[in-house]
Amino acid sequence: MNIIVLMRMVPDVVEELEVAPDGKALDMEFLRMVLSETDDHALEEAVLLKEHFGGTITALAIDAPEIDDALYAALAKGADRAVKIVDAEPGLSARAAAALFADAIKELGPADLILTGAQAIDDLDGLVAPLVSHTLGMPYLGTVTQVIPDLAKRTATIIREYPGGVRGEFDVPLPAVLGIQAAEKPPRYVPVAKVRAAMKTQKLETLSVQTAADAGPGLVEVIEMAKPAATGRAQMLEGEPEDIAGKLCEVLAARGLL
Amino acid sequence: MGSAVAAFEDNVCGITLDNYMEFPEGRRLLSCIQCGVCAGTCPYGEFMEYPPRKMIAMLRAGLAEKVFTSESLLNCVACYACMAKCPRDIKLTDVLLPLMKEQTLTHLPEMPAELQRALQNTLRYGNPMGESSRKRAAWVKTAGTPVRILTEDPSPCDVLWFVECYTSYYPRGQAAARATARILNALGIDFAILGNEEKCAGECGRLTWEPGLFETLVDYNMAVFHKYRFNRVVTSCPHGYNALNRRYVPLGFHWELDHIVPFLARHIESLKPLMRRKLDRLVTYHDSCCLGRQYDFYEEPRKLLQAIPGVRLAEMTHNRLNSLCCGGGGGGMWLDTYYKAKGYERLSERRVKEAVATGAEVLAVACPYEVSRFEDALKVLGHDKKMVVRDVTELLADAMEA
Repeated sequence: MNIIVLMRMVPDVVEELEVAPDGKALDMEFLRMVLSETDDHALEEAVLLKEHFGGTITALAIDAPEIDDALYAALAKGADRAVKIVDAEPGLSARAAAALFADAIKELGPADLILTGAQAIDDLDGLVAPLVSHTLGMPYLGTVTQVIPDLAKRTATIIREYPGGVRGEFDVPLPAVLGIQAAEKPPRYVPVAKVRAAMKTQKLETLSVQTAADAGPGLVEVIEMAKPAATGRAQMLEGEPEDIAGKLCEVLAARGLL
Repeated sequence: MGSAVAAFEDNVCGITLDNYMEFPEGRRLLSCIQCGVCAGTCPYGEFMEYPPRKMIAMLRAGLAEKVFTSESLLNCVACYACMAKCPRDIKLTDVLLPLMKEQTLTHLPEMPAELQRALQNTLRYGNPMGESSRKRAAWVKTAGTPVRILTEDPSPCDVLWFVECYTSYYPRGQAAARATARILNALGIDFAILGNEEKCAGECGRLTWEPGLFETLVDYNMAVFHKYRFNRVVTSCPHGYNALNRRYVPLGFHWELDHIVPFLARHIESLKPLMRRKLDRLVTYHDSCCLGRQYDFYEEPRKLLQAIPGVRLAEMTHNRLNSLCCGGGGGGMWLDTYYKAKGYERLSERRVKEAVATGAEVLAVACPYEVSRFEDALKVLGHDKKMVVRDVTELLADAMEA
């Protein structure tokens, strides 16, 4: 079974996020990028599938700061190839990213499964996976939590999770594009020595695809990006417990709650 | 110190579970008399399928795999108790246990999530709590006293203060950072810090189990050290001290090295006239494993505490060589959830019960891991009204207040 995992870097929210001077995007200068958490789950699901059913994994990513670290970690975890799409503009829209991925997948050759994160913090609509599936003419399922392939029948049983603890089971013909919500196990730890060994012994492949420019910046225009303004403040009651209790009663009474 | 460390490194550098017989420290395992003192003194020995004694027996029988495919080593908090008491002087905590732990964690089907996060955070952000590396020196703004950051002013200094993670980020750790800065300035010491350039020294890597993470941190920190000119490194963290001493020295770390407590103890005569405020407290001191059993700094913290006007010392039943570990070493800092799930007593709670039994009002510590561990334990046991936890530097700085 051949699996392609699509990996994207997203802003690391551990760092302070600043809005760029044009007020329409994040300030890239102070940003650190990190592998999207759900893409890490997609990679884990791929590694679990390879462990159970054999096959190969290709980690496919769009060039971004620190992407090499993420790709070498993917190789150390069990990916067979790591391919980086170069020459892309920074800050791609979901449409543009999907177009790049779809073209790169055509170049890479046939795959049985294309896995990626169901959502990303900069793609809450989870558009990338369905757009890729549309371009490639493959079926798509999102918010996937388990994949059980039947290679003889060229199908897979897909488990999806719904709110309220409801679980859905689907059959999908392969090849298919799946948006992974969570892998069956949390993404594994890869010892740093293994990543360092991968850096010494394995190579990242690069791929330049041309058509992405046609996909344009997307059909949605950003009018303004700003930090949310504080709308209210918490009121702290201070003093001895009796005083606090008294003040609390006053506050509640003033609001007609007592 | 230098030659002892060089000898240590000659004896163990490159040692593995396969080639241990080629090394003096490895061959020393053959001298084990199976007395079991190690197992008896181990704070979590009762929960280990293979405590150190059995571990050695299994290794000698060619059955090491059985040890590292069990979870025994997850219970090792690298407290140096077994090593300090071994009648054959076998370097358990420095040599055998990290090798076994490395294999254990490689073979675990799933790493405890809390530990995994801490290791990933240390690699990415240079600190286990996953705080932004750009905020490492943020505490300096609250210091209330000048703290020179080498990134901003790279001129030479006498003391490079290696602040370390919990002292830089953890709110109660920052209190010790502020206190240390005030003391160093009061003593007129020419010091500076690396600021946001500093990353964890990585003791809970190499000395415990993650050699790749440790090597990455060593490469990084050594390159930063070489950018600046200073005479000595003083660190607030006994674990950082242990890493710098045991593992950085053979890799080219050639500066004088101190932990803040023995460093200040050397300045005790200058400190005494500065401490004019009477604290009037009964204090008990907890010996940190890395400072105590590993480096014999037993008297330095006690001398400092006794130099504070009004401080009286009370000793816990287990003190100095017999001190009970807070449970934070060897990765234990990030295994509390795992231990709780297994139903173990938290070692910090065991320790705090002893501390409270002394009747002391203050539990003095010298390791930044211990503040959060003991404060949590006091709250869990309902003793937080009876006793407070204070870093030795906090108490010294309190006594210096006008």
